[in-house]
Amino acid sequence: MTQRASFVNIMVYVVLTIAALSFIYPFIWMMGAAFAPMHEIAKMVVWPSHPGWGNFKSLVQKIPIVHSLLISLLVASFTTFLVLISGSTVGYALAKMRFKGRQLIFYVIVFTMSLPFQITLIPNYITMVNFHLVDSFLALVVPFAVSAFAILMFRQAFQGLPQALIDAARMDGCNEMGIIFRVLWPNIKPTLITVAILSFIGSWNEVLWPLIVIRNEQLMTMPQLVTLFAVGGRADSQLGVKIAAAVLLALPVMIAFLFFQKHFINSMASTGLKD
Amino acid sequence: MISGQLKNSFLFRKKKILPYLLVSPYLAFVLVFVLFPVFFCLFLTFHKWNIIAPMHFIGTGNYTRLFHDRLFWKAIGNTLKFLLLHIPLQLMVSLFLAQLLSLQIKGVSFFRASFFLPVIVSGVVITIIWQQLFGYDTGMFNRMLMSIGLSKAGWLVNPDIAIYSIAIMATWKNLGLYVILFLVGLQTVPMQYYEAAKLEGASAWQRFYHITLPMINPTIFMVVVLSTIGGFSLFIEPYIMTGGGPLNQTLSAVLYIYKQAFQYYNMGYSATLGFFYAIMIMTVVVLQKKFIEKEE
Repeated sequence: MTQRASFVNIMVYVVLTIAALSFIYPFIWMMGAAFAPMHEIAKMVVWPSHPGWGNFKSLVQKIPIVHSLLISLLVASFTTFLVLISGSTVGYALAKMRFKGRQLIFYVIVFTMSLPFQITLIPNYITMVNFHLVDSFLALVVPFAVSAFAILMFRQAFQGLPQALIDAARMDGCNEMGIIFRVLWPNIKPTLITVAILSFIGSWNEVLWPLIVIRNEQLMTMPQLVTLFAVGGRADSQLGVKIAAAVLLALPVMIAFLFFQKHFINSMASTGLKD
Repeated sequence: MISGQLKNSFLFRKKKILPYLLVSPYLAFVLVFVLFPVFFCLFLTFHKWNIIAPMHFIGTGNYTRLFHDRLFWKAIGNTLKFLLLHIPLQLMVSLFLAQLLSLQIKGVSFFRASFFLPVIVSGVVITIIWQQLFGYDTGMFNRMLMSIGLSKAGWLVNPDIAIYSIAIMATWKNLGLYVILFLVGLQTVPMQYYEAAKLEGASAWQRFYHITLPMINPTIFMVVVLSTIGGFSLFIEPYIMTGGGPLNQTLSAVLYIYKQAFQYYNMGYSATLGFFYAIMIMTVVVLQKKFIEKEE
């Protein structure tokens, strides 16, 4: 390697390391600040000299944060479950069956994907009002129970599987539901993982819709509760408490990311690549 | 014999009906949550309604109001200002970092993961953190400015720059995703092209401009479209950070639509804004597509 090449090489590492630090530092600071007393947060140091649980203690007293964590977990799990079921049944029909109107349904899917949500936001809220679903668990789940993207992902995965697999299962007397969930699912694990991660993260991070349909504090999702706490003035004088709330909101996703990093990155990248 | 025929025709009918059974829940969903809302939204645009009192037909009143609504156009302007910084910054920085990562270096997965961290974390968390980084007296950015002898900037309090501060934060949040997309795109460029160009004596910049850029055009389009749609959806960041201030300079269009519906209960007018805004977004995306295809 020439001297110039190795210099360039070092520069590349320097730039990348600075970039990586600029992405990680804010999170590390957040962790430290959550354990710091008020006067130390402003110093933007990485770790407080007298760490303590004080911020978390007052957070738990002020808002039902643990309760909202459970609500968010329930909403995200239930939504993911429904997206997997609905996505694979419709995807299966589109991939492996011939029927009139199949092409039309395909166009409908593409249409729904390219439609900006701003157009359906107010009408969907009114639908919730008319169905008496405002302030209900269902309001957080039902509008997200079907995903056009998931259907396309499953359709593509099923198209790649041989017809013989299905025919053999039918010969054994397996019904269609059995074929989809017991015969085909084990063969499309990467797609299942991708769809599950995307819908779970999407549901976990959704905040505009909960802000609209939930007013009862006992039903609020975690990002919603933290948002209202952060803007409501209740946290103004206690920055540390606000940051403690942010830590609790970030932690589950960050831990999951630590373990399934590669799956996360591949899944998110596929949202852009499947067009 | 007869029962066999019966069974056959039953199976035949079952086979015909089955696909419709499988897709019917989806169609019901689309009807309730997509198609009906689109038409209902259009219907609402001709009405005045506060959701409690009966609806009032007001013809094109909402549209007249929209075209004279200074605040709405300001919100559109703010969103465009946001995009004006967000899109080029997003493209340049993520392509630059992806280029560096594709140089066959060690630790790619570490760098990728660290760039990706903000992508998966809730925007609520990111906004709360950056609110402190942007702080006037104690924020990290102003500390850095002071330490190199510059004066403090009013990142979120100066009406002229607040929206750009939010654009920088949004770029930082989404960057990791676009680095990954560009990395995938860069891998599709055949190495022989670069080697041939090298033999011809093309400089690194020439190789980038004449080989890389045209080859990754589809990725560029995707990044532009995704960050345009994301930018047009800007809501939670100004909602938490500034509430739309100072002087409505960070009021985004979605935040304004939200306020019209859920603070002032103007359902008809808010639906009109949403309808108009959605059509505007679709138009912009189509134009971008046309423009980039022409470049090819």
